[in-house]
Parts: sequence; C-alpha cells; structure tokens
Amino acid sequence: MTNAISEIGETGCVFVIGSHTAAAHPIIGRQINRAVRNGAKLIVADPREIALCRMADIWLRHRSGTDVALLNAMARVIIEEKHLNTSFMKERCEGFEAFEVAVMASDLSLAEKVTGVPAEKIAEAARMYASVSSATILYAMGITQHSHGTDNVKAVANLALLTGHIGNPSTGVNPLRGQNNVQGACDMGALPDVLPGYQKVQDPEIRKQFEKAWGCRLNRSPGLTLTEIFEAAHSGKVKALYIMGENPAVTEADTSFIEEAISHLELLVVQDIFLTETAQLADVVLPAASFAEKDGTFTNTERRVQRVRKAIEPVGNSRPDWMIICDIAQNMGAKGFDFDSPEQIMEEIRTLTPIYGGITYERIDKVGLQWPCPDTEHPGTPYLYPERFTTPSGRGQFSPISYTPPAEMTSHEYPLILTTRRSMFHYHSTLSRKVAELNDLRGEEQVEINPVDAAALEIEDGETVKVISRRGAVQAKAKISRITPPGVVSMTFHYPETRTNVLTHAALDPIAKIPEFKVCAVKIEREIEYGAEYLGWGTGKD
Amino acid sequence: MTNHVSLTINGVNVKAPEGATILEAAQSAGIYIPTLCYCPGLTSEGTCRICLVKVENKKKLHPACRTPVKEGMKVITDDAEIEQVRRVTLELILSDHDFNCLLCPKSGTCRLQALVNRIGFDEQRLNRLNRVAKDLPIDTSNPFFDFNPNKCIQCGICIRTCREIVGVHAIDMAYRGYDLKVSTFGDKPFKESVCVSCGECVERCPVAALIPRKIEYPTREVKTTCAYCGVGCGLYLGVRGNTIVKVRGDSENPVNRGELCIRGRFGYKFVHSPDRLSSPLVRAYDPLERVAHGIDETVKPGKALTAPLVKREGKFVEVNWEQAIKYVASTLVHYKGDHFAAISSAKCTNEENYLFQKFVRAVMETNNIDHCARL
Ligand code: SF4
Ligand code: SF4
Ligand code: SF4
Ligand code: FES
Repeated sequence: MTNAISEIGETGCVFVIGSHTAAAHPIIGRQINRAVRNGAKLIVADPREIALCRMADIWLRHRSGTDVALLNAMARVIIEEKHLNTSFMKERCEGFEAFEVAVMASDLSLAEKVTGVPAEKIAEAARMYASVSSATILYAMGITQHSHGTDNVKAVANLALLTGHIGNPSTGVNPLRGQNNVQGACDMGALPDVLPGYQKVQDPEIRKQFEKAWGCRLNRSPGLTLTEIFEAAHSGKVKALYIMGENPAVTEADTSFIEEAISHLELLVVQDIFLTETAQLADVVLPAASFAEKDGTFTNTERRVQRVRKAIEPVGNSRPDWMIICDIAQNMGAKGFDFDSPEQIMEEIRTLTPIYGGITYERIDKVGLQWPCPDTEHPGTPYLYPERFTTPSGRGQFSPISYTPPAEMTSHEYPLILTTRRSMFHYHSTLSRKVAELNDLRGEEQVEINPVDAAALEIEDGETVKVISRRGAVQAKAKISRITPPGVVSMTFHYPETRTNVLTHAALDPIAKIPEFKVCAVKIEREIEYGAEYLGWGTGKD
Repeated sequence: MTNHVSLTINGVNVKAPEGATILEAAQSAGIYIPTLCYCPGLTSEGTCRICLVKVENKKKLHPACRTPVKEGMKVITDDAEIEQVRRVTLELILSDHDFNCLLCPKSGTCRLQALVNRIGFDEQRLNRLNRVAKDLPIDTSNPFFDFNPNKCIQCGICIRTCREIVGVHAIDMAYRGYDLKVSTFGDKPFKESVCVSCGECVERCPVAALIPRKIEYPTREVKTTCAYCGVGCGLYLGVRGNTIVKVRGDSENPVNRGELCIRGRFGYKFVHSPDRLSSPLVRAYDPLERVAHGIDETVKPGKALTAPLVKREGKFVEVNWEQAIKYVASTLVHYKGDHFAAISSAKCTNEENYLFQKFVRAVMETNNIDHCARL
C-alpha cells in the first residue's frame, strides 16, 4: 500500500475495485465505513453485489475481466473533461502522450459495450474520483488474479497519475495484500529474481555483498516462479521440492496438474502445522509450530513490521520453522545458520536489507514501523512517493495499455463465467477450517448463481450441482442469490472437499505470473436424482 | 486549531475543546459521572439517563453524555436531588432485570452491578416496582456467543457498535414499550441474520446480555499480531497454562485500534486443533529399509501432526527429529543446483522467510524460490 490503513478513514473519495474488502480485509472495510461516515464519496467497481455496494455513491457493475476497459474509459473522461492535475503531471510524470493516444483510441460507447456499464455512469465515477482533493484506490485479487493482471494494475496507476492522487496522506493506490505476511515474504526475498529488499539477483554488485555476508557463491540466473516450478517438476527438470507452510494442492489454479507434477518428483519435503492435502503427498513431513508458539515479525499490507510473540510452548513435538531450517542447514555443514533467536536473524536482515535498516525488536516493541526505514533514527514511512517515484527517472510512468479479453471466454458449451471469491469466515484453506465453530457458520462450499440462470437450468436453492470446466468438475450446493450477476457464478476455495481450483485456469499473467483465478468458463449441471416422481409413482405432481 | 471553552464542574475550573460534551470535559478533568449507555467511540444517544447533571439556570437535568459544553457553564454532577433521580432511574432498570448475580458470568465485570454498588437503591421501592423478570428464549444459534434478552438493559450500545463501527447493521430495537428488545431483522436467530460474528457488540455489552459462549479467564496475556490476513491487527493472546483461552484487540495498535474481525477474535482455535502434526513423518518405502533405520510404524492415517513424519510405502511412519533432519539433509545434498526448488510461505515470519531463501540460495545454490500468494 502507498498509504497507511488509518489514513483511509480521512480520505475524500474511496474507489474500490476488485476487492471484497468487508470479507477479505474486514478491518479495512470498517475504515471505508468510517470514511463514508466522515463524508467521503465511495465508488465500487465489482461484478458482484458485495456488501460495500449498499454504501456506495456509484456502483459500477462491470463484466468480469473488463477492468482495463473500464479504467481506460474513466481516464478518457478525465482527459476530455480536463479534470487533469496538469502541474502534477508536468512535474512528476512522463509518457503521457503515448498513453493519451492509447486511451483516445476507444470511445465510451465501446467501453459501455465491453463492460456493460452505461457510459454516463462511467463518466460520473471519473468525475467523482477526479474532483476531490484526496482520493484513495483500493484493489485486491479481483485486479491481480487475471491473465492480464499487470495491465490492470497499470491502468489503476494511470488514473492516480492523471489526477495526482498519489504521494500524499490519505491519497494513493493501495493494493490490499491477502495473507498475513505475503508482504514480508516478498520483502525477505522469497521470490525467484530478488534478494531481500527487492535487490536484483542479476546485479553483480548486490550479489557480491550477499556473497561476502553469507560466505558463499550465489547463482546468477533468476529462478523459477511458482507456476514454473510445477511445470518444471512435471517435465522432470525439478526433482526435489521443499514446501514450507503452503498448500498448493488446494490453493493453486488447475490442481490436478499440480498433483501430477508432484507425483513426478523424487523428493517432496513439506513443513506445516497440519497434514495438509499437499503434505499427504510428501515423502517427508516436518511438523512446524504456529504463530502463537514462536517469536518473529510479520509485515502487514501497509508495510508495517510488527512483532509476533511466543505465547505458548510448541504443541506436541513440533518446532518453529526457523529452527528446523537452521538444523537442516547445519546438518548439511552450512555456515551462517547458528542462530539462537529470531532477533538475531533480524539483526542480520537489517544489515543486508536497506529498507529494513532501522528495524530492531526494541524499536517495534509497541507499535511497529512502516518501511522504508533505512536507519535507527528514521521514524518509518506512512505514505510513499511524496517527492519521487521508484522508477529510474524518479517520475511516474504512464503506461499505454489497451483492453484484452480474459484468456478464457465463454462458449456455447461452457456458457457461464466462474469467479472465485473469499468468505469472511475462512481464509485460504487450512487454518480456519480447523476451527469447529467457523465450520459451523460456513461449513461447505456454495456456488452462488443468479436467479435468472438458476431458473433457466431449473436449479433449486440448496440443491447439489456439478460445476464443470474444461479442466475438471466439482460438486457444490447451489445458492441462488442476486449478489452474482446473470451469466456469472462464484465459488470460494476454502474447502479441500470441493476443490474449486480443479476448475480454474492456469493462464498466467506474462509478467507477474499470477494465474487467472478470477475468470474461467464453466457449465453447471444438475445432479439429477431419479426420485419417486421420475419413476411415476411419486407425489402426484405432474 | 480547536477553540477551548472554560466552564466549572462542581466549582472546579475546567477547559474543554469546543463541541466536547460535559461528560468528556468531566472525564478529562478526572471528575466521575456515572454512565451506562455511553460508549467511547460511538455516538451518544442518551437513553439511560444515568448521567443526568445539573446546569445552572436550566430547569431540567441534562444528560452529560449528550450536552455540549458552553463558555461559562456551571455544572453540578452530584447532589441530593441528582442522587435521588439516578436512584429511581436505576431502580426502573433493575425492576425487570433478572439479578441472579451470583450465577451470572458477567459478575465482577458487569457495569450495571458496579452502578448499583455506587448509587444504591431503595429496597422497598424496588419491591413495589418489581415486575416479573422477563422469560424470553435465549438465542444460542451463534457458535461464539449467546444473546440473553432477559439481561438486556436496552442501552443500544450493541446496535450502535454494529452500525457505526462494523457497518453491518445486523441488529436494531424492535417492538414497543415493555416488549422493546434488541432483535435481528425479522427477529431471526443471529446465525441466520446478516451478522458476521465479529463479536464487537459482545465486547461492548455492559451486562451479560451478549456474552461469549465460553468464558475462561487468562492468567497472562501476550501481545502479538493476527496470523490471518494482511491487515495485521494487533491482539493479545490470553493464556492459561499452555492453552490460549481468549483473544482481545490491542487498542494501542494503529491499524485496528482494539477492533478485530471474526477470524482474529475466534480463529485462534486452530492452534489447539487435534489435527496438529505431532511427529516428523517419513514415507515407508520398503520394510527392510525400515528395519535398517529403526523406524517404528505407529502412525494411523488422519492422525494429528505434531512430530516430523516420513512416508513409506504410501504410509507414513513417525521418526524422531534427529532422524528426520538427517534424512532430509543427507538427501538434499544430492539435489543442489537447479534440480531443487522451494516454496516459502506467506504465513511464516519475516525471519523464517529470510532464512529459507538464504538456505535455498546459499546452501542449495539456486534461485528457485517463490511463495504461494503473489499478491
Ligand atoms: S457480532 Fe458483529 S456483526 Fe454481529 S451483531 Fe455483533 S457487531 Fe453486528
Ligand atoms: S444487548 Fe447489551 S449492549 Fe445491547 S442493548 Fe442489551 S444491554 Fe445494551
Ligand atoms: S483480525 Fe481480521 S482483519 Fe485483522 S488481521 Fe486478523 S483476519 Fe485480518
Ligand atoms: S450515559 Fe448518558 S444517557 Fe446513558
């Protein structure tokens, strides 16, 4: 996020796109609520009628996967009606000319056709967003989990640059990160192309620094991304895989492919707190301790590094992940893994990761600090880019992009669009499902279907249906609801019993390599029970 | 800059920012005024009338929680007349309350109880007033908390919480007069309403009307960060022995300022799930090897994971940590370089992610590391 979470409540306009905030990030959802109560305007762009729509001044119900068309159309209105922040653009941005050409290439009536949103409504939203003095855009997986997710993100950034809505308190572009420490995992270099602190693996200077600190030689070529890892495992290039605390057999797109890939491995080591679906496929399973049983830090979506503290002893014979890694490394004769506490590890992180330079356990004892925090005097950074951007020139880059349809379109055979969503009650697949009371509230998968489609398919509320895509089929209970628009069905992926991701499409965004969870084509069939009435002696109904 | 006004409360000079209420002015000056339906962070509705105070030159008594301060105002918070009015007000609230305090889970932390102790009541008058305590059914549909309307004092705090803080508006006052009660839309059980079970209303209810299902008092609290989503709310884990029994929001944390959602407040229970892994496991490949490794086969499928495991012949056998670490280390040696890949976790700490990528890069000599959620 470019801003702090607490700044959302003070903003003049919140534009939420592709984020079911109230369910996925409830406390941020409450900040939006606070902003609206303080008089902020609220624009929501979502195909589904999420809870926020009720509060919204404008709800843009665009078709799934047409975000770029919608955002470009808004940009066009801003340019045409001269709501531009010209001084901001002159001082801080570049590349406007090419962008203008790209945006002007398609007009509003085309956007209306593509997105299904009336042109006047798009224009109204654009004016609303552009005319306030502070505005914040919030987006989440609804924007990134597409085969053209990177384009979506750029299209969002374009809007902010046009209006200068970035680089001030309560004003910015705020991706809401999903899992508790996905920000920290990225910061720490759990990525194939960067070392801790987003320092490029390919940069020889950077490598030299790390080689000196770690006392080893480093591989110069960037590694494989998650999806590429499974492809390489499938083709036999990767032979051994070590998974710490993840459950790709349920959470990744096209899970049957993942399982096949795993079966080709010579060695799979899984380290987790539960015997997950993935762990069941492993050769070795190492029991890890949960967040309540170890010390450390998490970094939240607003870049705040906060303490995690040990409250209880590890359950059973489990051990904290950091201890297990140290043990294995030391057993392999490696130097530099003789840590006694996570605090010592943070001290090493600090020396090698400039953005974490000023983060010490002592300083974050009470409230945490937001990076960049280069030294121990630095107070942390609540909002980013007050003066320059992190591009080489320091200027914000307009990106000329144009709308491309989702990788998988509906067809005669697969006429419905499936989009995945999150439930308020669960998170991903493992943790919350182990809480009996949460299962009691939402114990099984429900596929949301609009009454129009339900009527056409003669589906009744609560009946078990089969959802079929080009890749597989799963069963789930139908929930007839107007939340989902006609032509679209939606499911979560919290339930290993119903492997939604058997259906989803592994088409990757070419840059960010995120699978297209949000759009895939499916059909729905009834599970016909040949009950009494079909056999002719039933209820007397005809 | 906000302007300040000066007033006197019980003869003491007090300065307060313009727009503040008498209650806020008194509290900042350390002067106690009893309240019941007031809750910091919510709008004041002034329904309970416990906080009535006298303002000079005004005939009526004024609710301190709703009356804004004015320049030169002279306020009396306590005298015989006020005391009398408060007593009667309290007696009216008590008249249909089921005050079996000894058996009530809120006893000791109940704000009504505290007021009774402070203000007192006239037993005779109370007996005269006493109506039969209500005997409405208790709503136990929600797995985390119960709603006992018989203990409800209709302060409306829960309703304002749900509307103003949570933004869900699951509950409101329904019916009239004596039948007035807190109710979900259509008087449905909580579980079937739009309630998202965040527990914020339960946290703020002054009495035992909205009450957690299971109350256990922790012996110590540990400040930490929620492990569910990227918001990173601060919370306290309440621990008793080696078990987490309660979670409460950390009001010092700038992200959530004491609030939590359902997952943060109630989701901690996975920590004590019987499904936790309790031993390293190895997959059994062939019986001879098993004997050679001195591995005993004791694991039944579906067992809790709390020790390293190795899987054999499609089955897992439990091994001890030394065996497991040695097994992994000695096997991984053969896969150094790009034959190896690792997937790190967005659930693990920074330190663990750092260490894992260091292991992959420095020891396994490859950059094949990624984690699951790319946003
Ligand atoms: S638990 Fe939360 S959503 Fe439910 S009634 Fe209480 S405040 Fe509202
Ligand atoms: S349930 Fe509790 S908070 Fe709600 S009105 Fe009754 S006493 Fe007040
Ligand atoms: S309490 Fe809820 S919103 Fe806060 S971090 Fe935990 S899961 Fe996220
Ligand atoms: S606290 Fe003021 S009226 Fe209830």
